[in-house]
Amino acid sequence: MVLSAADATHVHTVLDHVKGHEDTYGAEALNRTFTSHPQTKTYFHGKDLAENSAYLHSHGKKVMSALVNASAHCDNIYGALDKLSDMHAHELMVDPANFPILAHNILVTLAIHLPQVLTPACHVSLDKFLCEVGDALTHKYR
Amino acid sequence: MVHLSADECKDVSAVFSKVNVDQLGGESLASLLIVYPWTRRHFKTFGNLSSTDAILHNAKVQAHGAKVLGAVRDALKHVANLGGHFAHLSDLHCQQLFVDPANFKLFAGIVSIRVGQTMRQAYTPHVQASFEKFLDAVTDALAKGYH
Repeated sequence: MVLSAADATHVHTVLDHVKGHEDTYGAEALNRTFTSHPQTKTYFHGKDLAENSAYLHSHGKKVMSALVNASAHCDNIYGALDKLSDMHAHELMVDPANFPILAHNILVTLAIHLPQVLTPACHVSLDKFLCEVGDALTHKYR
Repeated sequence: MVHLSADECKDVSAVFSKVNVDQLGGESLASLLIVYPWTRRHFKTFGNLSSTDAILHNAKVQAHGAKVLGAVRDALKHVANLGGHFAHLSDLHCQQLFVDPANFKLFAGIVSIRVGQTMRQAYTPHVQASFEKFLDAVTDALAKGYH
């Protein structure tokens, strides 16, 4: 899958609106993931996953900030996420099936907060971008 | 078989009461064809699907999306026996339309996102979980008749 220049523009358009809200949107996306797919909580044993917990906000901010950073390098997402890719492969080892689940809940969260921004054209570009991010984070698994 | 609790059914019913099913269905099908272009293979008789604009203004897409989501809404009355309720449609999708059931999951994902755009914060995580569980049950039932 290749992100075109138009895709990159759409991704920037959406993620520009995420800047400043990384913790809120990130926490909500994670909460929605844990609520609709409880098995995803297995990766967060011992953490406070209550809605709006400090942990959800801090971890959500990490996730969304990484996406905003990656979006600045749409022509080299694998390179931009190299360190995170190592971390997911050797430490976290999150099953690849979970990335589309989080991606979906990020899209639901953005649809709720940015209904006019997530046009069908932006939706397809963001979906492609999130797939590419998932691939980048799991490509060193084996 | 997926079981929905009374509370989950209430959540699903609330979603359908707050959205315009025809409009949501049409927009969701249009979005499916835009976001996942390979799904256009099943709609070759629908006329111009060559661009985002063409798809968004295609009357057949709007009408068919409305029909599909209407059928999903009506299935809530048969939640105790979705397999039986969808037996004929499942057979149709498998034997005549040759639709890969993976497409049902793609459509369900898009519907959930569009509901979020419409209901905003009223689409709470719990309501979303109930609604997506219902959509999963519907897609499973539609895939049951495949052989």
